[in-house]
Amino acid sequence: MSINKEIIVNGITVAFDNERNLLEVIRKAGIEIPTFCYHSELSIYGACRLCVVEVEGRGVMATCSTKPEPGMVIHTDTKQIRSIRKINIELLLANHDRECPSCVRSANCTLQDLARRLGVEEVRYKQLEEREEIDHSSPSLTRDPNKCVLCGDCVRVCDEVQGIGAIDFIGRGANAKVAPAFDQDLSSVECVNCGQCAAVCPTGAIIPKQDRNDVWDLLHDDSKIVVAQVAPAVRVGLGEHFGFEPGENTAGQLVNALKMMGFDYVFDTSFAADMTIFEEATEFLDRLGGSAPLPMFTSCCPAWVKFAEIYFPELLPNLSSCKSPQQMFGSVAKKVLPAKLNADKKDIVVVSIMPCTAKKYEATLDKFKHEDIPEVDKVLTTVEVGRMINSAGIKFDELDPEAFDMPLGFSTGAGVIFGATGGVMEAALRFAYEKVEGKTIKQLEFKEVRGLDAVKEATVNVGGTDLKVAVVYGLKKAKELAEKIRAGEADYHFVEVMACPGGCIAGAGQPITHDIEVRKERAKGLYTADKRMQLHKSQDNYMVQECYNECMGGEAGSHEAHHTLHTNYQNRCQIFDARVPVLKGDADKLLPIIVTICTKQENDPGQKLLALIVDYVKNNNLADKVEIEAAFTSRPSADGTIAVTVGSQTVERSKFKNAINTEEELANNAEFAKIKEAIDKELA
Amino acid sequence: MQETNEKTAAMIEHLAAVNKILEKYNCDESKLIPILQEVQEEYKYLSKDVISYVATSLDIPPAKVYGVATFYAHFALEPKGKYVFKLCDGTACHVKKSHSILHALYDRLGLSDDKQTTDDLMFTVETVSCLGACGLAPVMLVNEDVYGQVKPEEAVAIIDDILAKAAAAE
Amino acid sequence: MSNKILSDIKAKYDEVVNNSVERRITLCAGTGCVANGALEVRDALVKELEKAGQKAVIELDYEDNHDHGDEKLNYVSKSGCQGFCQMGPLVKIQPGNIIYTKVKVEDVREIVESTIVNDDVVERLVYENPATGKKSVTEEEIDFYNRQTRVVLENSTIEPDSIEEYISKGGYKGIENALEMTSMEVCEEVLASGMRGRGGGGFPTGLKWKFTLASQNDKKYVICNGDEGDPGAFMDRSVLEGNPHSVIEGMMIAAKAIEADEGYVYVRAEYPLAVKRMNRAVADAERIGLLGDDILGTGFSFKLHVMEGAGAFVCGEETALIASIEGKRGMPMPKPPFPAQSGLWGKPTVINNVETLASIPGILRDGAAKYKAIGTEKSPGTKTFALTGHVANTGLIEVPFGTTLREIVYEIGGGVTNNAGEITGEDFKSVQIGGPSGGCLTPEMLDMPLDFDSLQEVGAMVGSGGLVVMNNETCMIQVARFFMQFTQNESCGKCVPCREGTKQMLALLDDIIAGEATADTLELLEQTAHAVKAGSLCGLGKTAPNPVLSTLKYFKNEYDAHVFDKSCPANECKALAKPEIIADKCKGCTACKRVCPVNAIEGEVKVAHTIDAEKCIKCGACKEKCKFDAIVGV
Ligand SMILES: Cc1cc2nc3c(=O)[nH]c(=O)nc-3n(C[C@H](O)[C@H](O)[C@H](O)COP(=O)(O)O)c2cc1C
Ligand code: SF4
Ligand code: SF4
Ligand code: SF4
Ligand code: SF4
Ligand code: SF4
Ligand code: SF4
Ligand code: SF4
Ligand code: SF4
Ligand code: FES
Ligand code: FES
Ligand code: FES
Repeated sequence: MSINKEIIVNGITVAFDNERNLLEVIRKAGIEIPTFCYHSELSIYGACRLCVVEVEGRGVMATCSTKPEPGMVIHTDTKQIRSIRKINIELLLANHDRECPSCVRSANCTLQDLARRLGVEEVRYKQLEEREEIDHSSPSLTRDPNKCVLCGDCVRVCDEVQGIGAIDFIGRGANAKVAPAFDQDLSSVECVNCGQCAAVCPTGAIIPKQDRNDVWDLLHDDSKIVVAQVAPAVRVGLGEHFGFEPGENTAGQLVNALKMMGFDYVFDTSFAADMTIFEEATEFLDRLGGSAPLPMFTSCCPAWVKFAEIYFPELLPNLSSCKSPQQMFGSVAKKVLPAKLNADKKDIVVVSIMPCTAKKYEATLDKFKHEDIPEVDKVLTTVEVGRMINSAGIKFDELDPEAFDMPLGFSTGAGVIFGATGGVMEAALRFAYEKVEGKTIKQLEFKEVRGLDAVKEATVNVGGTDLKVAVVYGLKKAKELAEKIRAGEADYHFVEVMACPGGCIAGAGQPITHDIEVRKERAKGLYTADKRMQLHKSQDNYMVQECYNECMGGEAGSHEAHHTLHTNYQNRCQIFDARVPVLKGDADKLLPIIVTICTKQENDPGQKLLALIVDYVKNNNLADKVEIEAAFTSRPSADGTIAVTVGSQTVERSKFKNAINTEEELANNAEFAKIKEAIDKELA
Repeated sequence: MQETNEKTAAMIEHLAAVNKILEKYNCDESKLIPILQEVQEEYKYLSKDVISYVATSLDIPPAKVYGVATFYAHFALEPKGKYVFKLCDGTACHVKKSHSILHALYDRLGLSDDKQTTDDLMFTVETVSCLGACGLAPVMLVNEDVYGQVKPEEAVAIIDDILAKAAAAE
Repeated sequence: MSNKILSDIKAKYDEVVNNSVERRITLCAGTGCVANGALEVRDALVKELEKAGQKAVIELDYEDNHDHGDEKLNYVSKSGCQGFCQMGPLVKIQPGNIIYTKVKVEDVREIVESTIVNDDVVERLVYENPATGKKSVTEEEIDFYNRQTRVVLENSTIEPDSIEEYISKGGYKGIENALEMTSMEVCEEVLASGMRGRGGGGFPTGLKWKFTLASQNDKKYVICNGDEGDPGAFMDRSVLEGNPHSVIEGMMIAAKAIEADEGYVYVRAEYPLAVKRMNRAVADAERIGLLGDDILGTGFSFKLHVMEGAGAFVCGEETALIASIEGKRGMPMPKPPFPAQSGLWGKPTVINNVETLASIPGILRDGAAKYKAIGTEKSPGTKTFALTGHVANTGLIEVPFGTTLREIVYEIGGGVTNNAGEITGEDFKSVQIGGPSGGCLTPEMLDMPLDFDSLQEVGAMVGSGGLVVMNNETCMIQVARFFMQFTQNESCGKCVPCREGTKQMLALLDDIIAGEATADTLELLEQTAHAVKAGSLCGLGKTAPNPVLSTLKYFKNEYDAHVFDKSCPANECKALAKPEIIADKCKGCTACKRVCPVNAIEGEVKVAHTIDAEKCIKCGACKEKCKFDAIVGV
């Protein structure tokens, strides 16, 4: 006798197949079940107890954590279920900062929505908890613990998808909360600013940092020329904010709206993306020729870059030295616009419109500032811009499309597909192929690297060489891949890494969605845009070429281009929040020296190095002027994770473990010399 | 100039005990709780640096270790007093009015639920649930020693006794 | 061949004891008695015995050839908790079966001189029943003991550190039998015994094992749940401390039954002595070859680890306990999947309570039928309870299921006491059973036979077996509050109903106690309790409202008094106190006036005094001072 795979929901028979849980079966039947803590891409947690239903013979069960079984008879809306749900919401609201009118999540907050839907009209409980401080430390995110419902979604996404675990539960029971280690600021821990925690948060407890007011101020400042750059993914995300179908390209309306709001010029980051391909593909071909180690990793996702800096310092030489398109745009804009617009460099303001929270962080980095002028002044997310348009009273859906300004608004399809996973790889392959083969490619589409799989691999024959490439999103997957590479188990030539699921189209700055279909539509929107454009290969972007001719040595990879478009990376494996004090001088201003020590390194080279440094400062009577601390590393067992920070400089030792073992060897080592040099220089 | 640790040698020694514990458990992440227990035994409490050290050595995020350390009541994240008074507030002790002992101790030492350790790090007063000696309720532990059928005056007398002995020793 | 190892040990033990031990002096060395100086008493005993020219040892030497001529030994052994900690330290002397209570070091010389040397009983150390004044020299004569049926605690006087003695008493016979059976036969035997888990749920142990046996996997685990978190219960502690080998043997049988080869004993951190004894027992069993590979030459292997908890009540919940062993925060996981399908490291796992496991060897040794003969049809066997609170004899007791509350409170417990510790015969108000998950029983339920199902019916539960007797001077709202405070503290904080609900219920109870409640408070309290009970993720939250619901059900009048009359019938809630001097009773002695810290009492000598309600801070000092019981309401 075969058992029918069927259950009865509110009297209606519903068939099921391989659904993960009852919740998905019931939703399939068209009945909405409220949830906070269920997330199809994360492990099941079962904590919010909103998804409860009554199962005959078994009582109240949470559907997210129950497997469907043939014959189950389910009631989703009994008096008891209603009461449990309503009381749950009421309990949550009791200690919640209920400031909906001024809350960023107001429009799409699950808590607010459920309170309304379940008819919670009064909160009968007292507020019992003391208010906690809001964490504004991160340039990317704002954490407001007073709005947290402890669903754990952020904890799981950071751990399970990004492989980081920067935030976790701390405390127990009534004192439980979600916070970074030691309950400190998000900016003091190993958070890479990807914002995926904010993307999964059902409330306003973690939100992208809001920079709208600063931008309004700039727009209202007559002395400034405000130019916008619009990232590729924004054009297929923003529409949703205004009720367009997912994936619809609203770049034209956006240009119009931005102009109405007072932006003086609206350019396209895709221009810089094309330029990135010029540089990056050239760099890649050079590496193939042996100039630097392979595989080469892409570097356009700042969350991935920071991740590599923290967890894979030994692979930093493998990261493309190209700046991200955002920063390339910023540096080019600040380089060419003053002359073109006949304005002072400091009066030109670059505002990026990004699908991304990590870009907010990236723009603040010191290395992207020159004489105190940042390459990019402000970064807005897609949603922030949507809100600004709302607040300006602009009817977005009625606007006529307008074109980007020239020249920095000109791009090819290759620069547009950057916004989806695999896009950078495809664009680079289109470039490399022609460059190597010396002839025009007919087959433009590299389908192997498209699609929303988290890891894609392909072998592409370019000029007789089989190039092995990999495309990955989600940093946990990137970590697995990087570990394989480090262990010598993978021999890729070129690897694209994006932090967000599906690439920037699902960046934390985009309208929030967890629907895989929506992501697909957004990606499709970009590939459609590519098709519709006149040009499809970065190398065909003659405006980029012109730019090279004008001010960057005429070609990709030139000295001048390197200066403007490339960057370097910092070993960030030291965990800065926990240090062991070693020596502290009495002088007013002390030079901080931090030495990584590792337990798992053979012969404790870090500890030996520390001793040498202490001896050095003492013997040279510098002890009073320094503060020496020992720090731990995020990857104690990995090579290259020993770093010495002297003031703002980091001197790192790749391959420390094997190369240098004895104190004597260390003392005569070039890196130690560098450290001494750095100390002398900083104290001079 | 403050030299917190004479040289690296001193610091290595400082962490040698942790290293030993880590080695004993083979740096096995699933042994986190026994590792923290032993580390705490060594240092009396779990400091920020020790937690980070353990976390990185086990290759798990510090936030996770901190999460575990703050979940279990036995882990102390702040130094405790030399004498730790643990007053049972289990059912049996509660019905035998253990809270009057607690308040007597709090009063004597100027402590409260929010401040359980004296500034001189001599005394810590805390409650625990059931020490499993309910027949002797109310029960109190002073470090490892169990006191049964305690009266508030007796508890205070123990403090006075300790203080008197400390004064005499000086 | 297998028998030989065990029978050799038994033979050796019997030989040593028969040939060289003249007298066995057993000192209770459970946590309670140790706290009261049992170990000092033991040292003093050994010294005094030697002074009196007697030979005394605290450990038997099996290597000795035992030809000591006429000179025989006094074997001063220790035991685990004998349940009567209130009367400890306990000293038992055999032959004679004499039991001395509250023995102090100062008493030792007299014991040696009178009892050991002259065979006289030291009258003043003998137990005297506080209710009847009856004196009892032997354990059999003490009501506290003779009304009990000891199955789990049957070997509570053996030396816990001696695997030899355990074996000589028939220990490890159960696993020996089990090893000759198939796994399924072992499960069936336990199922036939009707054994139900003592961890609180009462789930049939045999069935749980069968489910786990049915889960196909190359790796399975057995876990002994020794987390015993119920605040006011200590039976698992006494088993772990007093008879650790019975737990090991039970685990081995469970392992055989489900085809596991590795196990964990998870012991609460508050029980250092239990950890120590357990570690010793594991080492001894390994030494003899009862743990490890190819046990007794049967090809069966079992490896056992002892793990200490770190202070979280919720880790008694099985999925939280597993998380804790795995090195994580002890947060429960939704069930299903049950540990039987996916437990420790995702492998099929059996988790049983200490008492459950300690009962198993007997079943396999003597057969299911013998076990099933005790107790009731649906709840066979015995249950240990921690009898505490306002009762003359507190302690650890073991009775068959089906025993009535009356037998426990009045016969074993010796009756209810008032706050001054006196038995008046009219003070009984309630029994709280099952700890923070349990409920309150009323005087009407005194004759109800206690078992899993009857208790469930009245909204209480066996739980871990905490049994707190409460007298008339107890405020039931305070009782509910106490447990709510406990669950609120111990909630893991994972799920909304439990984390937020216990917090709010506690606040609502506080409102009631502070006299700030209205009818709405009561309604909200009840609604919340039902939602938390139905909606929580794990057993902690699902049962946390029980103390509230059961007091609301059986002591509604007390809630009403607090809420509507703003008075606490038991005078426990300070905010509601209305101290008053009954003029008729007042002699005008001024004692109260002198003691009042805020000068709220007025009155002249020999004239009835009065209390100024405005000034009074309800400290109760006056009432304590009044010799004429003239002050009431505080
Ligand atoms: C909050 C909570 C605490 C528990 N504490 C214990 C405990 O201390 N000891 C115990 O044996 N079982 C405890 N349990 C029950 C266990 O989850 C589990 O059911 C039991 O160990 C199974 O053993 P048994 O079948 O032998 O009863 C607890 C359950 C809950 C929900
Ligand atoms: S998080 Fe939601 S419920 Fe809370 S204030 Fe913001 S919008 Fe309102
Ligand atoms: S919804 Fe009500 S409370 Fe909120 S802003 Fe409007 S009027 Fe005010
Ligand atoms: S931004 Fe990314 S790395 Fe940082 S906490 Fe959120 S998920 Fe983790
Ligand atoms: S911050 Fe948001 S996602 Fe994280 S636990 Fe709180 S409510 Fe959930
Ligand atoms: S994938 Fe794109 S949106 Fe996401 S962090 Fe990286 S750059 Fe930002
Ligand atoms: S019911 Fe309580 S203890 Fe259990 S999971 Fe929920 S919060 Fe944790
Ligand atoms: S209760 Fe205290 S304050 Fe009130 S009258 Fe009596 S002694 Fe004075
Ligand atoms: S102590 Fe009692 S008898 Fe004496 S004055 Fe006070 S109330 Fe009256
Ligand atoms: S969605 Fe099921 S419990 Fe939260
Ligand atoms: S309740 Fe205090 S020891 Fe058990
Ligand atoms: S400890 Fe001795 S009787 Fe309980």
